[in-house]
This record gives sequence, structure tokens and C-alpha cells, in this order.
Amino acid sequence: MRIRLTVNGERRAGDAWGGESLLSFLRERLDLPGSKNACEQGECGSCSVLLDGVLVCSCLVLAAQADGHEVVTVEGLGGADGLHPVQEAFVAAGAVQCGFCTPGLVVATAALLERSPSPTDDEIREALSGNLCRCTGYAKIFDAVRMAAE
Amino acid sequence: MSQLVERRLARGQIGESVRREDAVPKVTGEFAYASDLSASGMLWGDTVRSPHAHARIRSVHVAAALALPGVHAVLLHEDVPGRKTYGLEFPDQPVLASDRARYHGEAVAVVAAEEPEQARRAAAAVAVEYEPLDAIDDPERATEMPPLHPDRPTMGHGFRDDPRPNVVRHIVIRHGDPETRGDVCVEGVYELGSQDQAFLGPESGLAVPDGEGGVDVYVATQWLHVDRDQVAPCLGLAPEQVRIHLGGVGGAFGGREDLSMQIHGAMLALHTGRPVKMVYDREESFVGHVHRHPAKIWLEHRATREGRLVCVRARILIDGGAYASSSAAVISNAASFAAGPYRVDHALIDGTAVYTNNPPCGAMRGFGAVQTCFAAEAQMDRLAAELGIDPVELRLRNALGPGDTLPTGQVLTGSLPTAEVIRRAAAIPVPDPEPLPREPIRLPGGAGNTTRGEGVRRGVGFAVGFKNICFSEGFDDSCAARVILRADGGAEVHCAAAEVGQGVAGVILQVARTELGTDDIVLGSHTTASVGSAGSSSASRMTWMAAGAVRDACRAALAERDRRGGADVDVERVHRHPPTTPLDPETGQVTGERAHVALAVAAMRVVVEVDVDLGLSRVVWIGTVQDVGRAVNPAAVEGQIEGGIAQGLGLALMEEILTHEGRILNASFTDYLIPTALDMPPVAIELIEDPEPDAPYGVKGVGEPPTVVSTAAIAAALRDATGLPLYRVPVRPEHIALR
Repeated sequence: MRIRLTVNGERRAGDAWGGESLLSFLRERLDLPGSKNACEQGECGSCSVLLDGVLVCSCLVLAAQADGHEVVTVEGLGGADGLHPVQEAFVAAGAVQCGFCTPGLVVATAALLERSPSPTDDEIREALSGNLCRCTGYAKIFDAVRMAAE
Repeated sequence: MSQLVERRLARGQIGESVRREDAVPKVTGEFAYASDLSASGMLWGDTVRSPHAHARIRSVHVAAALALPGVHAVLLHEDVPGRKTYGLEFPDQPVLASDRARYHGEAVAVVAAEEPEQARRAAAAVAVEYEPLDAIDDPERATEMPPLHPDRPTMGHGFRDDPRPNVVRHIVIRHGDPETRGDVCVEGVYELGSQDQAFLGPESGLAVPDGEGGVDVYVATQWLHVDRDQVAPCLGLAPEQVRIHLGGVGGAFGGREDLSMQIHGAMLALHTGRPVKMVYDREESFVGHVHRHPAKIWLEHRATREGRLVCVRARILIDGGAYASSSAAVISNAASFAAGPYRVDHALIDGTAVYTNNPPCGAMRGFGAVQTCFAAEAQMDRLAAELGIDPVELRLRNALGPGDTLPTGQVLTGSLPTAEVIRRAAAIPVPDPEPLPREPIRLPGGAGNTTRGEGVRRGVGFAVGFKNICFSEGFDDSCAARVILRADGGAEVHCAAAEVGQGVAGVILQVARTELGTDDIVLGSHTTASVGSAGSSSASRMTWMAAGAVRDACRAALAERDRRGGADVDVERVHRHPPTTPLDPETGQVTGERAHVALAVAAMRVVVEVDVDLGLSRVVWIGTVQDVGRAVNPAAVEGQIEGGIAQGLGLALMEEILTHEGRILNASFTDYLIPTALDMPPVAIELIEDPEPDAPYGVKGVGEPPTVVSTAAIAAALRDATGLPLYRVPVRPEHIALR
């Protein structure tokens, strides 16, 4: 089926099969591999994107459900003029190791700061508890979120 | 003088907290992981795996799969062009199973198709007729069962001769007089479940035929050259016809030491003449790679009334699963460190790794040392209680240091500041208890806690752990680096060290900047095509080995340029650490100066809260002190410690591969839980920089010690909170509340 949607501000279209996830559609059809596939069950958050401004796991959304909607991926978070403040903070805080979880965490953090610009530590932990990271133990990620909130 | 000024001006030298070169592409999504690669005309591969832990394969029918749309190939055991088996240390594992499957998930066939979904459907359509066999699923009975490998692939490698069936390696360390008795004795039996590396980026790679019979494989791995040396013979190719290039790696932790898709993808690519990509999903990743060995450990500690250890006796059993992988090294480590970082003149340590039909086990962060640290530290606490001595004080009285002797007879000549690490960790102030009631998110079990905290008990635990740095027991451990200096002053550095997330690429650049005094340095891609072997990103060795190789190559390049008067130079150097020697197969004693080149030690203090009514636990705070030799990049060292602790916390509280008759029951992140942002406490870190005399710049590896010590320290805190012996990890709610 033909899927038409807006991704990172651009009108895009592509063909998907009925059972295809938005994640697979973004990665394999639209050549946007920034969103990562690590569990395909909505447990790890590596595929987090914004769908009409709402944080979702793109592995749990069908490509067909996104037809006619607006998606922002990690590739579209920063403007043409550079990094999003959350991305800058992740780099500065040393919150990146292998980085496979990073795109999802960056998108989830941007969504958190959008709704709560000065989150408490508890809020940060709860907001990011759906994004697994196996390398960092999260400490530098929390530093990055606090840095980005300032 | 001018050279000195220049060197000072080069930013990002050794000792500075340097930002990662790959951080920006990783935060923008541009960084290409192995699973992100593609090539024109690419096919997708998939793998048919045994659903049985042990089965005879009666027949395999491929016609239905081949007839499906888009399918280009279905390959079986007989299609393996060269050697039919492979293995990291012993080639005992079939590339594709022939007449027998020995574990749940063993590869039986591979397919290639135009679309990933077509490949999945083709794999499902391969008709394999299995005759299920009884699975050897109890490691304690494995040595009485019919052999899974009658040809005994690990015999003749200098190990102790043990005629029992299904023994991968049996090691006995006999030191002093093991019959020596002390004034007191404590005994315990300890168990650890099997842990998964659970790296976020599943196994993946792209194999591209070169049109001349050879193949390029772009893959997420830990050791490019050892992959090549396993892949080429199975393809029937010369090593130079197989080039392994590092695809972006989404974490490793030991789980990428063994091959995953390398041979399978290359077979499909050479067969179809087209690039083939293979990406495991999470379930396939769980069944498709080795895990941390589950272990059972029997320990007896004998001591004087004054708290001096006299004799340690240990029996260690680890379950290697169906194939050898690195089990021989893991049981050696487990045995070598069974007494902990303490002086003891008499010891008898008996360790066995067995074959079973359980999931294969191999390398995982801290391999072998994690298991025995958990048991030995529990014993030290029990001994302290028995003697009425403070647990920290007991450890200090026995702390191992330079000049002391390990149970293997090795006299420590390098750095090992055990006593200082213990003293400083014990001195980190512990935070005050937080009053109740409080926000549920900060109760054990978090928002899932249905009480007001009436059953919450606080506990404080302490543990010390140590581990070898680099490869041991006579392994010829080396790392190559190549440095090209151009006439315009720029430099290029090549080293095949696998950047798996730990930051070795940054270490290489820091060393090159320090040595060359310039920051105009390009790091070449990690590949077997341009430089010699770096060895593995494992065993806490890569920083040491890469730093040594790059340092040597930089210095040789500068000397060569001086000699030739400034023209372009291109030199390669191979770095080796001081040699180690094997252990005597009968006595387990060193046959030369040392079996381990160096050791690193860490101590940890942990505060937990346990809701003893609900059985829920929460780690509240961790303070740790680690001996790091020299911190090349302090911020990255902290990241290694924090991340290493998270994995130790996982093993202490939640992570276990569950099996039934050898079959994995929880191959998903829904059923196999790893620590989240809600599970990790704040961590206070102090580094001790006591330079290792034999290492470049005095460095030691830093990745493993935090994982070794944290499971033990958290378990100690849980015991303190609950008063329960808690002999097994992970500690589950039912071990606390519903006994």
C-alpha cells in the first residue's frame, strides 16, 4: 500500500506491506536509519519518534497508521543550522558510548523537556525509564538531560 | 624546546576528558551501525534454527522454501565450502548443523531473499525433520551422561587430562598444604544464573562478494582478525580473500567474540553473487549468542581467630552449554580468582567447565571473576560474622598486594593497591536514610509498590573484586598499529582495535596526539585490509594494547622521519605485553614468572532498601573506588564504571536466562529485564592512579572490575537488609518475601 506522510517537515511517500511497522518503513523505505531496531516489542525505546508531537515507539506503530500524519525522527530534531540542545548536551556530558540507544533517548528527552522544561530527577528517571541503555548506567544521560534543561 | 611547546598545544592528550569523535554522528542518527548498512542489489539473509535443545536431524527439505517469491538461496551443512566447523578457541561448532542439533537456536540452514519478510518466510518454510533427544540440562550430571562431543575437541591443549565425558576443561590449583586447618571454618554453596550481554544493537552485518571469489564482510564484532581466521577456512578461501571490516557496533560486552552471521552471510553472498545483509531480531540475538556461564560454587574458608586467612578450598562448576567457546578461559579465571584479592598460603581450587545442551556460554564482561567474586565475598562476610570482626577490617587484614603470592604461585610484581582501594571505599560517606512516607517512585519496586513503606529495611554492603588485565596463560597477546606521517605534518593512524562503544578510538587518538604533538590526525577505518591484528576488545586489554601499539608506531615513525629527513613515512609496529606462561596442568601452579600479566582491583559500598513484605529491592546508592593504573580519559573511565555497575546490578537483582530442558524461556526484553533509568542509583566514584609498571603510560583496563565487584556488593547489602543468607543471584522477590 502507498503511505504518504510528513517526515521531518518534508512530504514523503513510499510503499509498505500491510504488517510493516513505521520503524521498518522509516529505515528501509525512506532511508532514515537513525531510529534503531533493538527489540521490536516497545520495550527498549531505541526506535522512539514523535508522531504528531507525541512520543511513540515506531516499532509498535504500523506504517499504515502514520499515513497522513507528521513524524519527527532523530534526523529531523536539529535544525539545518546544527544540533538540537538535547543533542549538544548528550555530546557534552559524555552520555554516548555505543550510541545505539542514543537516538531514542535524544527524542525522548526532547519530548520530556517540551512538556516539562525543568524536570526533577524523579521526573527524568520516570520519563526515560522506557529507554534502555546497556553501556552508560544512565548517570551521564541524567547529566545530559539536566544540562539541556538549563 | 619548540617540539615541547607544540606537544603541549596538541589538545586531547592522555589524561584529558576528551569528547568522543563519534558522539555527534551518534546523536544525530548519522552513525552507521552494521544494521544500517546497505549495498546495491542487496539480498536479505535469515537463519533456520533448531527449536530443540538436543535433536537428531532426520532430513531437511528446501524445495518449498526455494519456490517462494524472491528467494535466491537455501544453504545447508553440505553447502559449507570449506571446513565444516568453527570456534573461537576450539573448532567444535558446525557452521550449519548436519545430523544433530545440540542447543536451542543452533543454526541448521540459511536463506537469502529480496526482502527481509521474504527471507523470514523462506526460513519458516524450510522443512526440518527432527527427532528430539533427551537434553543434558543438569550440569552437575553432565559428566555422567553420553558425550556431546565424543572426539573431545579440547583435549591436547595442555589442560589437565580428565577422562569424564562432557568436560570442556578441568583445572586444579593446589597451593601449600590444602589440609591446613585454622581456628574457624565457614562453608557455603553459591549459585549464579546465566546472564545475557543484552547489547542494544543486535547481531548484524553485510557480506559483499568481490567478484574474484573473495568477500568483504562488514560486521559488528570484537576482534576482526580472529573472525577472518575462522571465516576463511570455512569458506575454503585464503585469509587475504576474506576482509573483515568493522560495522558500527551497538555494544558487545563479550557477546560478539564468537561469530554470528559472518560465515553465513559470506556463504550466501558467494553463492548468489550478490551482497547479503543479515540482522538478528532480539529473540534470535538471545538464542544466537553465548551468555555468561551459570555457576555453582562450593567454598570453605579457614582462618585464625585473629582473622588471618589460612586455607581456601573451592569447587567450581560452570555450564558451558553445547560448544566450547571461551569456557576454558572462563573456568581458569574463575579458579584463579576464587580466593579473592587476599593472601592465603594454602588452597585447593577445583574448577570444571562442562558441555550440556543448555545455551552456549562464553565471554561476558568480567568472565569467571564475576562468579567467584560473588561467592568469595559472601564467604568473607560470613567469616567476619563468625569471628566478630568488622567485614572491612577483615578484608584489610588479608589484603593482597605487591610481593604477595597468588594461589597459582605467581608472585605479584606489578601494581595492586588492594588495601588502599578498600580503605578509601570504606571512607566514602554513606547518605542518610530518606524518611518515610515518600514519593512511591523512590520506594523498592517504585510506583508498583502498594504500601507506604512499612516493610522497608535498609542494608549496607561492601565487597572487593579483582581481575586479570589482558590475556593470560601464555597466550601470545599482541596488537598492531600503523602510523603514516605526511610531509605536510598530518598523520594517519591505523589500528584494527574494535570500537564497541568503550571508546578505544578515542584512546588511539589521545595516544597519537600525545606522541606526535599534533592534532592533525586521521584515524583509519578498522579493518583487516590495512593493518595487522589488534587482538580482541575484551579482557580489559584493548586500552593497554592499543596504547602500546600506537605509542610504539608513533615513536618509530618519528624516528624514521628524522632518519629520512622529513619525507612521508609509513610504519607498522606490533606491541606485546610481557609474556605469560601456562599453569601446570596437574598442580595449577605457574610454570614461569606469571600466568597473568597484571591485575586490577575495585571496592564498592552499596546501600539498598528492601521491602521485606513484598520482596522488592532498590539500590539506593553506590560508592566505589577503582584501581585504574592511569585514567587515559577520566570521563570515559567513569562511564565504564557506571555502565559496568549497571550490568552487575542486573545480575544481582533481575537478569537471568531461564531455561526448561535446555530451551530458553525468556528471549525478549519483555521477559528478560535489564536495569532501566529507575533502577540505577547515583554512583560516587574515586579513581586510584597507581601506574602499572609494565603497561604503556601505566594504564590498566577499566571495563571489567566494576562488573566483577558490584554483584557481590549488592548481594551483601541485601543480606544486611534482610538477614537472609541469599546464596543465589539474581535475588528475586520470592527469595525474600515468599519463602
